[in-house]
Amino acid sequence: MKRFLLPLGVFTLLVIVLAVGIYNAPKNGSKEIVSPLLGKSAPQFRLPQLANSAAQFENTALLGGWHLVNVWGTWCPQCRVEHDTLLQIKAEGRVPIIGIDWKDEDSVAMDWLSQLGNPYSVVATDHDGRVAIDWGVYGAPESFLVNPQGIVVEKLIGAMTMEDWNNRFLPHLAAGTPASAKAGT
Amino acid sequence: MKGAKQLAALAALSAALWSTALLAVDNTPPLPDPVMQQRYLDLTHELRCVQCQNEALADSNVPLAADLRLEIHDMLLAGKSDEEIRNYLVARYGEFILFRPRMNWHNAWLWAAPALMLLAGFGIAVRVMRKRASLPITDDDEATPAA
Repeated sequence: MKRFLLPLGVFTLLVIVLAVGIYNAPKNGSKEIVSPLLGKSAPQFRLPQLANSAAQFENTALLGGWHLVNVWGTWCPQCRVEHDTLLQIKAEGRVPIIGIDWKDEDSVAMDWLSQLGNPYSVVATDHDGRVAIDWGVYGAPESFLVNPQGIVVEKLIGAMTMEDWNNRFLPHLAAGTPASAKAGT
Repeated sequence: MKGAKQLAALAALSAALWSTALLAVDNTPPLPDPVMQQRYLDLTHELRCVQCQNEALADSNVPLAADLRLEIHDMLLAGKSDEEIRNYLVARYGEFILFRPRMNWHNAWLWAAPALMLLAGFGIAVRVMRKRASLPITDDDEATPAA
């Protein structure tokens, strides 16, 4: 009996290792990469605004209040899917939505917003895609929740639904509303 | 005669190779310095295209991969080191972008596993040999034909 003890022990260990591996594997083939940006400051950038390219939008404008930064493009089918959700979030009025129009044509983007409605308080245009790289964007749409201190606290890859918004984003807002009180901790 | 045939075959082969070279996805302008160009090629082959996750940056034809190739191109021109470029991308896309993962405390056991297994195998072998050596020699051991 004793001679089986070692192989049995090794086998049990292997089962445990494999079980942990399977348990921690990405669910339903999700290819989502956990962003290294979470918990860090939003990247610095300065981009021309859509509809008024003489005006710039800078990352410093994100400080002092909560913002939802949404990277989108008119060429992106999933952005069309999430557009109504963004309009709904805008209607809720909890947080302004900043759009980063990624590698897009300004005239097409303006048509899109006038036809479908404009959920954004500001749209910055990232024509060459450099700012999107700084945000670690790899598939539009991507949405980032930035707190009043300019820290990225949540990220969603893919079309936002009201369920995502209520379950993943709103709790941050609810927990961190007294922003000045939490700033130092 | 034979030489001419070989020459024709060679020409056909190089034509075929040339045509695939024309199909290459990487349209980033080549770097002026051949050493730098080699570093560029090495980097774009060991970094993952995050959008189409099983392709290297060098082989991917999605627009984001082209942007990242240009970024690497520009950083090389700006005199950045390979490690600085890797760190730049890891800071944005995470370690997942490296096809060659870095060693850290989280995966150290994986790196150590081959050595540990070799050690364990060695230990088992020594134990078995000692056990066998201590067994009395019987007729069986010597008389059994190697069947």
